Amino acid sequence: MSKTLKAGAAALALGLATLTGAGVSFPALAQAPAAASAAVKIDNFVFGPQALTVTVGTTVTWINQDDIPHTVVADDRHTFKSRVLDTDERFSFTFTKPGEYGYFCSLHPHMTGKVIVKAG
Amino acid sequence: MTHDDTPGDRRGFLKCMAWAGTGALFTVSGGLASSIGLDQAVAAPAKAQGFTFLQISDSHVGFNKPANPDAKATYQEAVSKILSLPQKPDFILHTGDITQLSKDQEFDDADQIIKQVGLPVFHVPGEHDMLDEGAGKAYLDRFGKETKGAGWYSFDHKGVHFVALINVVNLKAGGMGSLGADQLEWLEKDLSGRPSSQPIVVFAHIPLWTVYADWGWGTDDAAQALSYLKRFGSVTVLNGHIHQITQKVEGNIAFHTARSTAFPQPVGGQGPSPGPLKVPTEQLRSMLGITTATFVRGREPIALVDQTLAT
Repeated sequence: MSKTLKAGAAALALGLATLTGAGVSFPALAQAPAAASAAVKIDNFVFGPQALTVTVGTTVTWINQDDIPHTVVADDRHTFKSRVLDTDERFSFTFTKPGEYGYFCSLHPHMTGKVIVKAG
Repeated sequence: MTHDDTPGDRRGFLKCMAWAGTGALFTVSGGLASSIGLDQAVAAPAKAQGFTFLQISDSHVGFNKPANPDAKATYQEAVSKILSLPQKPDFILHTGDITQLSKDQEFDDADQIIKQVGLPVFHVPGEHDMLDEGAGKAYLDRFGKETKGAGWYSFDHKGVHFVALINVVNLKAGGMGSLGADQLEWLEKDLSGRPSSQPIVVFAHIPLWTVYADWGWGTDDAAQALSYLKRFGSVTVLNGHIHQITQKVEGNIAFHTARSTAFPQPVGGQGPSPGPLKVPTEQLRSMLGITTATFVRGREPIALVDQTLAT
């Protein structure tokens, strides 16, 4: 649960609106958000949240907050693959199909994460 | 071309690799490797036999973050240390992470610095040297001539067999360093037929034994490589990557990791991450530079002396 909160805070801090779940209080936004987004922070060699759940169509942005470069590479090495991200650099990918997408840092492969994409 | 390059070819290759830094000074005498710090080397009389070589590592040219705002400058300091040695080593091994981001400018800057040493330099890449669009093409274009696969090679020098292994490519999710089946097969062939009495020095970027698995400080298929090395009477494994000295002796195999010339990293598990360790500026140089190694002479470890950029 704290991971979810942390992810939300990260998204807000970056000015990225996490629209899922916001529909109840903001009916106008509840209608098929076309540009849903979410963020994953790379901090201290950890993807946070390590498991992120989004709906189809969500654009996930990874931000490297370490002093060391990292990459974001899908386990299958081709669904998505960032170039090297230096400090504060970002990589975004829009998930258009439901499923579970494991990924890792190809430089530090002990760093792993997962995006769970659910049908809208 | 086979791995048994002619000495002439290999020498040419050496000259192509204009590279160095600062690190441990190794003495090979009577077929057994030993090491002394550079301080000792300065005081030691020249050996009547044998030869010396240096290991430098993790220069990270281009790094400019708080842990060391100018990794180029500390690399230059390391080179100045080498130049002050009264006894010139025969050559230098650089165990990877030459650059921070594999940029041409970083490779060029590093080259300008190491050229001053005027010694042959042997390389293996670190993961930081594989970050160009071509995923290592920039490194291989510069240093990969006459190497095999992702850049591995071997050579003989005054009776000692040196093997350069690459364990920073094709890494698998959740894993550590990796040598891969092709390289292992090559290694087995490279070592076969060699007398067990021949001293072997293996160098690679990521440690070939597991220093700290949670931070990926090890090589998944190292055991296979080490199994080919077990029969040799004197094996020395030199690595970098973790920016600190660690040592281990297992049978006839002595493992050693070198300090960085750029920034220190925490001891495995003693910190939030393996990222750069920020220390007070006045302390930085005491954690960079020259490393010493434990080697096996018969069955007894040899005393070690450290040399840092602060001394």
